[in-house]
Amino acid sequence: MRTLVVLAIAIAALFGTIVAGTQFSKATLVPKLALDLEGGTQIILTPVLDTGATVSDTTITEAIRIMRQRVDSSGVSEAQITSQGGRNIVVGIPGKPDQATLDLVRKSAQMRFRAVLGVAAPDAKSTTATPSASATATAKPSAGATPTAKPSAVATPTAAPTTQSTDLPAKPTSASDPAYLTPGLMAVFDGLDCTKPENRRGGGADDPARPLVACDPTGTQKFLLGPVELEGKDLSSADSGLKMGPNGVVTNEWVVNLQFTGAGAKKFGAITTRMKPATPPFNQFGIVLDGLVISAPAVNEPITNGQAEISGGNITRTSAATLANQLSFGALPLTFSVQSEEQISATLGAEQLQRGLLAGLIGLVLVVIYSMLQYRTLGLVTVASLVIAGTITYGLITLLSWTQGYRLSLPGVAGIIVSIGITADSFIVFFERVRDELREGRTLLAAIEQGWERARRTILAADGVNFLAAVVLYFLAVGGVRGFAYTLGLTTIVDLVVVFTFTHPVLRLLARTPFFAEGHKFSGLDPNQLVSAGARYRGRGQVARPALAGAAPQVADDGPRLTIAERRAAAARAQAAADGNDAADAGSASSKGSDN
Amino acid sequence: MAAGFAQWGNDLYSGKRSYNIVGHRNRWFLFSGALVALAVTFLLARGLNSGIEFRGGSQFLVSNVSNTSQQIATDAVIGVERAAVPLVSLVGGNSVRVQAGDLTADQVTAVRSALASGYGVATSDVTSTFIGPSWGADVTQKALRGLVIFLVLVAIVMTLYFRDWRMAVAALVALGHDLILTVGVYAAVGFEVTPAGVIGLLTILGYSIYDTVVVFDKVRENTAGVADQKRHTYAELANLALNQTLVRSINTSVVALLPVAAILFIGSFLLGAGTLRDIALALFVGMIAGTFSSIFIATPLQVALRARERGIAEHTTAVLQRRVAADVAVTASGVPAAITVSAAPLHAGGHLGTAAQPKRKKRRSPGNPKR
Repeated sequence: MRTLVVLAIAIAALFGTIVAGTQFSKATLVPKLALDLEGGTQIILTPVLDTGATVSDTTITEAIRIMRQRVDSSGVSEAQITSQGGRNIVVGIPGKPDQATLDLVRKSAQMRFRAVLGVAAPDAKSTTATPSASATATAKPSAGATPTAKPSAVATPTAAPTTQSTDLPAKPTSASDPAYLTPGLMAVFDGLDCTKPENRRGGGADDPARPLVACDPTGTQKFLLGPVELEGKDLSSADSGLKMGPNGVVTNEWVVNLQFTGAGAKKFGAITTRMKPATPPFNQFGIVLDGLVISAPAVNEPITNGQAEISGGNITRTSAATLANQLSFGALPLTFSVQSEEQISATLGAEQLQRGLLAGLIGLVLVVIYSMLQYRTLGLVTVASLVIAGTITYGLITLLSWTQGYRLSLPGVAGIIVSIGITADSFIVFFERVRDELREGRTLLAAIEQGWERARRTILAADGVNFLAAVVLYFLAVGGVRGFAYTLGLTTIVDLVVVFTFTHPVLRLLARTPFFAEGHKFSGLDPNQLVSAGARYRGRGQVARPALAGAAPQVADDGPRLTIAERRAAAARAQAAADGNDAADAGSASSKGSDN
Repeated sequence: MAAGFAQWGNDLYSGKRSYNIVGHRNRWFLFSGALVALAVTFLLARGLNSGIEFRGGSQFLVSNVSNTSQQIATDAVIGVERAAVPLVSLVGGNSVRVQAGDLTADQVTAVRSALASGYGVATSDVTSTFIGPSWGADVTQKALRGLVIFLVLVAIVMTLYFRDWRMAVAALVALGHDLILTVGVYAAVGFEVTPAGVIGLLTILGYSIYDTVVVFDKVRENTAGVADQKRHTYAELANLALNQTLVRSINTSVVALLPVAAILFIGSFLLGAGTLRDIALALFVGMIAGTFSSIFIATPLQVALRARERGIAEHTTAVLQRRVAADVAVTASGVPAAITVSAAPLHAGGHLGTAAQPKRKKRRSPGNPKR
């Protein structure tokens, strides 16, 4: 009884949370739908390295992060970008995305090094190009080879929109030539408002030969950059670590170490040699990843051996690691190959959902009819349990789509429909066990307890295996399989919850009602229907014998196995038959022996 | 009908009626072996009809069309890509499915609008899918890896749970049987294999094992103290367990198959080819095979494996010898001996609850005592 109350409270709490969520947050009363039901575009991309090497998890995470920044800042709401199966990226965009957005997703991110020509506050109209406040240069005391630069913007990376001017100077002397600051470019620079997210979208479609105006990923600064001087591929690796002091002692200052390739080292040497004597901000170079300046360190000294170090006052362990990840990602010659691209019309999705629900309803009705036929009134317990299970599943899916961003897909619906059968099976196993115990002659209450004890083990084992299948599928599979595995696992758990906290307690309660306890014909637990071959102990020292036509010979067949009491009973019955009485009169034997 | 079924269930439970499945196991092994061989033959001879997801290419689905002429679709595709060989089929009552080879993204857009204008529907009613050639292989590879990992895990879990590796082996053999049969049916009938079908196939894993676990649990219960008695052999007790869970197996299968059949029906007649139908198809075949194998393959195989065990073999011989001796004695007395394996064969009986105890006073209802 108490379990039932707890269950009722839990369900009330579940739906209370959802209702509260709709009031105070973004929750909805219906689960959110995946693309195949809602309509939209789904693109599955696989990142491919030109070198043919395997793509690491960090790279995929970084690629997803860049994509999300692009899609989010382009005004598409609720795009889902997830990695699946360890090497695929699934991008789902609801509704009808325009071609530009789709192209944005498919494009690979570029990392480029450009000379800084100007730095300004992020909002439009602030015209004074000031050097970034924190750009102080520290000379690296060791071998003197690695210069240290203070990054002016170590923030989360991502793509910002960039603007370029067609207004080019006639003959720039170097990439840092102030001649690039033409009126046209300055106008673009002044007009850029980095505080608007759509201007930090990135995309990296800039022309390497022209100057570029770009934001930092957080929108705290904007940069005016010269033409591209180094490409991502010139960088061979980047990692973060603690700075080594002059005597090889590890200090507690975090730095990002860059390692350039042979060609990259040469170019980088030329850049740093040129920049070293320049005045701020011309001594800074901007690292542009996907159109956003992820870092703009100033040069302390020329670096010709291809090993650079970015250090600075405000680099923390996290920001150093982030920057190193971004640099490593930018160094990879990564392209995306489109595995599948699917445009689903909303009409079709709605139709599929409607038909799917119809199929589920038909299936449910059939199950109800069948269990009523098989279990009579007891079938109603099955139906009630299924209804409870359905309610909990619905609530959980709605809750998860709010908190976890889960979306119900068509395979997910299929998973739920399939689970009707598996859930109903738990009840069947339980009921059959109870009937078995009744057949052995237990009273209803005892039969329920004994049957439950045995059925519980079976249900746990069987559901455990099912859950295992769902978990394995979920973590290893790609695409629609996951949605299916998710609902299958969810409903398996719900099944257990319902059997334990609803079906069993309800059956115990019902067993106390006269209708079931006396084994009414339509209760589904009628002992007279269940016990036909064996003897049933009726209590009060009496054993009920089944009303069978050839009852006496039937027992005699068991010749070698009869107990003394049974033999006496058989004799008594034979005697009674001989006396012309009806042998089928149940309960004629008075013996305490059971069939065992 | 239900009453007759319940009666049948009673008889099965009590052992009055019994199907000697374990005893005739070789017959069933032969039968299943033949089925599997047939399935493999079909698989090798005809191969699987892999869907576009496994071949790669573009697919369009035009919904809500009033004119289902296939020529419109062919013209639309040819108009964009001359070399394409479009495959047009009618899906459901009012949808047209067009499959074409590899098209570029621009061509896909062009075909989409050509189809929309050709059939006079909105562009939003045209669903387009492009699948790269390696996508299907990727899905298959992932599915296979999942399969192997699942099998290993299940073998471990079952060995631990039943404390008997033979049960795990028997369950896995039954599972393999189900999978091969399902794939064989796909090959024989020529159903299109889609990722959704693969999902269905993977679900059979869970279902088949689930079904077998329930039967094995009863087998284990019945045979728990097999060595402590001399009345029945291990095989007889296992067979009793099979018969006792037969009603459960049938009920479960029917209940599980009903929703799947509903999806299959709705999917085939109202939706045409689609995720739902593909999943349901694989499940339908696999569930029937799963029920069959849990009864006719898993348990008999498990018994066959155990029968080789020394202790069990000795016990079986002892029981049979004892029976022969008893038989001789009984036959001498003129009464033929019938071997019936009865319900709850090995348990001497437990407490049936206080309500079952003799009572001093007469109660109105023995099942509803006041304490």
